[in-house]
Parts: sequence; C-alpha cells; structure tokens
Amino acid sequence: MRKGDRLKEKIIQKEQIGKWLEKLSKDYEIWAPVKRNGLVLFHPVTSAKEIYFNFLNSKKTPKDLFFPQSEVLFSFPKEEVKKEVKTILQKPRIVFAIRPCDAKSLALLDQVFDSEDYQDPYYIERREGTLLVGLACTHPQQSCFCTSVGGGPFAKPHLDLLMADLGDGKYFVEALTERGEGLLEKDDSWQEPQKKDREKLAKIKEEAEEKVKSKLVTKGLEKKLDKIFDSSLWDRVHQRCLGCGICTYLCPTCHCFALLDEKDKARVERIRNWDSCMFPEFTVEASGHNPRISNRERMRQRVMHKFNYFVERYGETACVGCGRCIQSCPVNMDIREIIEEIRNE
Amino acid sequence: MNDLYHPRSVSIRKTVIENEARDIKTFELVFLEQKEREKFKFSCGQFAMLSVAGAGESPIGIASSPLDDEYLQFTVKRYPTGVLTTALHSLEEGSELGVRGPYGNFFPLKTMEDKNIVIVGGGFAFTTLRSTIRYLLDDKNRSRFRDITVLYGARSPGELIYKSELKQWEERDDVNMYVTVDKGEEDWKGRVGLVPNILSEVGPSSENSIALVCGPPIMLKYTMPPLLDLGFSPERIITSLERRMSCGIGKCGRCNIGSKYICKDGPVFTYKELRELPEVAI
Repeated sequence: MRKGDRLKEKIIQKEQIGKWLEKLSKDYEIWAPVKRNGLVLFHPVTSAKEIYFNFLNSKKTPKDLFFPQSEVLFSFPKEEVKKEVKTILQKPRIVFAIRPCDAKSLALLDQVFDSEDYQDPYYIERREGTLLVGLACTHPQQSCFCTSVGGGPFAKPHLDLLMADLGDGKYFVEALTERGEGLLEKDDSWQEPQKKDREKLAKIKEEAEEKVKSKLVTKGLEKKLDKIFDSSLWDRVHQRCLGCGICTYLCPTCHCFALLDEKDKARVERIRNWDSCMFPEFTVEASGHNPRISNRERMRQRVMHKFNYFVERYGETACVGCGRCIQSCPVNMDIREIIEEIRNE
Repeated sequence: MNDLYHPRSVSIRKTVIENEARDIKTFELVFLEQKEREKFKFSCGQFAMLSVAGAGESPIGIASSPLDDEYLQFTVKRYPTGVLTTALHSLEEGSELGVRGPYGNFFPLKTMEDKNIVIVGGGFAFTTLRSTIRYLLDDKNRSRFRDITVLYGARSPGELIYKSELKQWEERDDVNMYVTVDKGEEDWKGRVGLVPNILSEVGPSSENSIALVCGPPIMLKYTMPPLLDLGFSPERIITSLERRMSCGIGKCGRCNIGSKYICKDGPVFTYKELRELPEVAI
C-alpha cells in the first residue's frame, strides 16, 4: 500500500456477513458475542447465526481470551518443567464485534504483559495471533462513561477493523490496520461507501456519543489523588463494599494474578489464576502481617491503581469506562460517584 | 522468553539451622546444571523466587555473595502459616527445588566505593546485608571501600544468625563489629541493648559514609532518627522492603507501594525515596 492511501472501506449487507465469516473461518477461529441462558459472552462461532448482534456489551470482558481466568503454565515433575511453552493458539483468531472500550483495555494490558523488561509469552502469543474486529456502540448504556476516559462508542484505536450498523440493513466497515484490511478481501458483492453512507455514519456516531450521558472530569484527577492518600474520604467510600471482588473480575483492565500450585497424586501443576486486590489474602504475608489490613486500604488501592499509579507508570488511566463494575456491584457502588467525591474532596 | 515463570532446578547441598528456636535455616543450593549458576548473575540486595513443587513460590533475599560462584544461599524463617517456608524447612539435603531470578534492584555498591560503610541489621532481615558484608570483605574488594562498621542485633543470643561468621568478622581488624542482643542470658558476655541505642553509642561518623539498614519495621523506624542525628542525609541511608509477591517481575500487581513495585523498583530504596512513598510508616 502506498503512503497516504486510505485503507479499505466497504459497505457490507447484513445478510452478507454469514458468507464473509464462513470464508474467514477457514483461516481463523472466530470468537463473537453469543447469548446463552440470557448471558452474553464471547464464544467460538462457526456461523453468523450464532452471533448476538444486538448486544449492549458482554457480561464478562473478552480479556480472558488473552489472559485466561485460570491457566496451567507448566507442570512438574521436572522433565516437564523443561518443556518449552507449547504453541498456545492452534489457529489465528478473530475477536468479532468487540466493543471499542474492550479493545482499548487490551492496549492497556499490553503495557503490563509486554513491558520492555519482561515479556509474558502466554499473553503475547495470544495477542499477536488475534485480530480485533470492532463493532461500534450505537446504544451506550446508562453505566457507560468511555468518553470521559479517552474513548468513545466509535473509537478506532487498537482495532483492526471497525464495523458500524448503519441501521438500514448495512454495515459500514473500515479497515484500520493492514492486517484488518486483509480480512476485507475482494468480494464483488460488497459496495463502496457512498456519500450518504458516510453522512449516516457521522450521524449515528454523533448520536451514540450523545447517549453517553455520564460526564466525568478526570483531568487533574491523578494530581488530586496524590494529595488525598490519607484523607478521611477513604473511611467513607469503602463502607458499603462487601469485598466480593466482582468489580475486579469483570474489569477489562484489572490484571492482578496469583501463581499457585495444584497437585494430585501424579503431578503438580503451576497455575496462574486471576486474583483481586479487593481480597484480604491478596497481600497477607507468611508472618501474618497484612499491609492492606481493611477494605479501606483495599478500596483505596483499587482506585489509586486505576487513576493514579497506572497513570504515573504508563501515562494512561487504567479504566475504559465500560461500566461493568457499576452494573454488577451487588451493593450498587459506582466508581463515577467515588471519582466525583474525590474531586470534591 | 519462554523461561519467564519457569524455575531452574537446584538441589540442597547443605542446610544450617541458624537459631535456637530452630525456625531459621540457611539453604545452600547448587544448580543441577552449573552453567545455570553462571547465568544467574546477581548483586547484593537482590532476591529470587524459591519454588517447591506443590507448595508454590516465595520471594527470598539472596544471602550468599555474588563471589560465591558455586552455590546460592538463602536464609529462610519458617512461619506456621507460611506454606512455602514450611515446605522448604521440611526438605532434606539432596532434595530438589526451583529458583527463579534474580530479581529486583540492589545496594549501590559502585557509589559505596571509597566511602565508609555503616551496616545496621536486626533479626533475620540480616540476610542480604550478610551477602553485602561477604562481598565487601572479600580480598578482591576490601581495598575499594573505607572503614566498614557492622552493627547487628537480635532479640536474644540464641536468635543471632550466622554465628560463626560473626565471630570471624569480629576477629578481623578491617571491620568494626558490634553485636548486640535486646536481652542477655547468663552466659552472654557481649553487648546488651537495642540496635538504635547501640548505634547512638557507637556513633559512626557520617562523613563520606553510606548506611545500609535492614531489620524489622519497628527497628527501622527507631534507627532512622539516630542516623539523621549522626548527620546521615536521607539519600545516604539505604534500606530494603518486603511485600508479598507472586511474579517478582512487576505484573501480578500485589507488591506495590504507591506506583512503585517492590519487586522491580525495589526492594532497595533510599530513606529519601521511602519518605515519598505512601503507606510506609518509617
């Protein structure tokens, strides 16, 4: 491709998606939102019929396609320890219809797992072997606040392709990387976007952005947090929290883990499990000493990590505004309210 | 790259029970493949993850000197609630385990050259300081450093670790040794007194000096004021922190204090840096 050329854009009819995916599934394993028992999660699919296109967002984030909730890293006895990491992916993958917020979260996880000093082979192989086909959000929810943390319902960064449902049986599909463009191999039945398609796209984008009603002021938040580590605010905000950790499990940017061993008679497996800074055991030492002794310290850690420590370390807020922590908290805690309270402190 | 979480196999060549309570043991480990020892390049103050299949891993400071090139030593206290430390203590000589590392930063050995060194240790947190002392006192190194003063204290005579080495150091005339216990016993002929008090009594000069201090938090807390009184500036006081860790490489997210990961940005910090961190009450 010559410099300055626009990457491919296409109009794909809804009914053509099936054929497209069928073609792609020869070379790729395709993961897409599927509704089962009322729950929308990413599953491998072989046909477009399985995909639930009208989803708002998946209950769990697709982060576990890259950083599984539980994963055997290797096993003992020692001859097996020496075995190289097997190829993790049998086939390259496409995460189809991932939301822009979740795509952004992967770029944040890259900072941690693919840092300059230590590269995590388990994560990186999955990440490099996976293309992200985004589906723009035309129906942001009440709990969404992506536009306050540098994202947007139609945000393109970190995606290979972005699809937008124009609402008239057509999808506007834009390649954002060369790898993404490779997915749009010539199909004569696809159309080139016309002026009216572009106008429609601009309109629904604007409408979607307007639907993100929550407007949080995060500018200067990092500096504010620097000053209030010892504030009595933390005595208040944690009071309702049960410490169940659901906010961290459903968060697309949370990445804390524990390495631990599971054994049966024959062998021992070293496993990596998701862990949570909201759990008391997370920091308890062999001596019994626990530097984060109560929910107060743990809640502070969670907020600080996302809006201060991560910013200091990597230059970005570790929150993409997906709102999952708000939707699923059993006691209706709302990170937006906590941020508001911090700003007013 | 595939080695990121894989421990290297080592076997226990020797164990030494260090204290009367018999819950502090030094493990001398040799790599099953000697070339792994050569690859394991570390400096004083660093740590490694020790790994027992079935019991998991824990971060432990390296107690041997980088110049001890055949083996690694780790001194580990067994806690009844500590899964790994209990498993480790139950292993016999000849048993195999895993080592992953070395990790973390280290004491500023380069900056310490041509300076007087004051080393203050308490309890079993003396391990990486012992690595440092062995390194400084090595014939190859001693002339590069000025006066070396070592003040080491434990609760009782029976809780002093590295006893035979302490004795050897006391017999040398190129190191000023002060060993003290909080509470003496009948046959204890040495010093009695808390580390911070003995430090004030000894009063090492802060001129052209660097202090390395490791010990339980309470000792650290009370050792800083006398050091400052002696004229040590906060950036010339070096200490080492501990936190629970799982990965040792800044990913698992648990050992941070503020934005600093103890595993990666530490464990060695100057007192100046420490005072700027939240959550540290020293």
